[in-house]
Amino acid sequence: MGVEPGRVHFSWISSAESTKFVEVVKQVTEAVRQLGPNENFVKKELKVA
Amino acid sequence: MGAYTDKIREIAGRLLKDCQVEMVIGFRKGSMPMMNEPCFVTRADAVDQLVWDGSCGINLANYLTGRTEARIGVVAKGCDSRNIVTHIIENKIKREQLTIIGVPCTGMIDKRRLKNLAPGEVLAVEEDGERVVVRGDGFETVHQRREVLQANCAVCHHRNPVIHDELVGDPVSEQTEVDRYADVRAIEGLSAKEKWDYFEALLAPCLRCYACRNACPLCYCPTCFVDEAMPQWVGKSQNPVDVRTFHFLRAYHCAGRCTDCGSCERACPVGINMRLFTKKLEKDAYEMWGWEAGLSLEQRPPLDTYRPEDPEPFIK
Ligand code: SF4
Ligand code: SF4
Repeated sequence: MGVEPGRVHFSWISSAESTKFVEVVKQVTEAVRQLGPNENFVKKELKVA
Repeated sequence: MGAYTDKIREIAGRLLKDCQVEMVIGFRKGSMPMMNEPCFVTRADAVDQLVWDGSCGINLANYLTGRTEARIGVVAKGCDSRNIVTHIIENKIKREQLTIIGVPCTGMIDKRRLKNLAPGEVLAVEEDGERVVVRGDGFETVHQRREVLQANCAVCHHRNPVIHDELVGDPVSEQTEVDRYADVRAIEGLSAKEKWDYFEALLAPCLRCYACRNACPLCYCPTCFVDEAMPQWVGKSQNPVDVRTFHFLRAYHCAGRCTDCGSCERACPVGINMRLFTKKLEKDAYEMWGWEAGLSLEQRPPLDTYRPEDPEPFIK
């Protein structure tokens, strides 16, 4: 649909896996930061002719 | 085609006369060419309004949702029959309620294409085997049927009803040589930016009339997510973000269920090919799980089955 690879992440983390949780959060934040802000889903003013 | 019409009338008349069904759901001529409309026949002396031709593209499974009549006859081409199977699996109707009048289908005519090809307003369309004759004020053109088929019919693999109690003709040969997913693959090959722009352009004319949703047999929720106000899942405006959100969420709701019947695209007043979304999901379901919706009453759909060998490389 045009959402960049790396913006959406999936992971199974049990409630007992706090270390994994922290790692995944770090990876996700890093990956998304590199892509920059997602402008696509920001509602812009519609152009009026 | 005329033979199908006669046979449908004969079967419908017999079922109604013998009180085997309370009504028959089929098609009758619409007030405009190529706009056949669903019709509900309840009396044997009224079966003569039933017709069959290449303009019966609306999916009649849509009219079965939650029906309470004990016995219903329904006319079904290949894709309708697959959506009927899906309806049965999803408990929207019971198999025992239905007498399915199966129609081996040779594809529906793309009304938009015919209109675009015509030099003026189309006033009549006649089908004669492989020939489709289009008439209007001062012109008459002839097309080959296979050249003016709806895009989904041109690549259909299940033209014969997968489930039926009566059949109106001999099964037709299935098209095994067609490349079903060329259009989806072309889009898969684009970059993220190109994809975004492609769908932006595709959906730009959308009015959010919801005709696509209303024509789809899968979209039977009593309150659709787009109509809900508490919580409001998607904005109700014409803003491209809201339009896109509506389309991709609707498509996801059809994942593993869509039969690519083309009803949605056919119903759209502005000719948007929103099937590209559902078709991508249909392709994924086929490639990941070997699943094609609506082929069997026994098998559970992939999205409500767990299999240890399910592909999951995207989960880290
Ligand atoms: S999404 Fe469109 S093609 Fe798929 S089942 Fe619904 S109406 Fe048919
Ligand atoms: S039928 Fe066409 S215009 Fe209406 S909501 Fe669907 S895509 Fe948009």
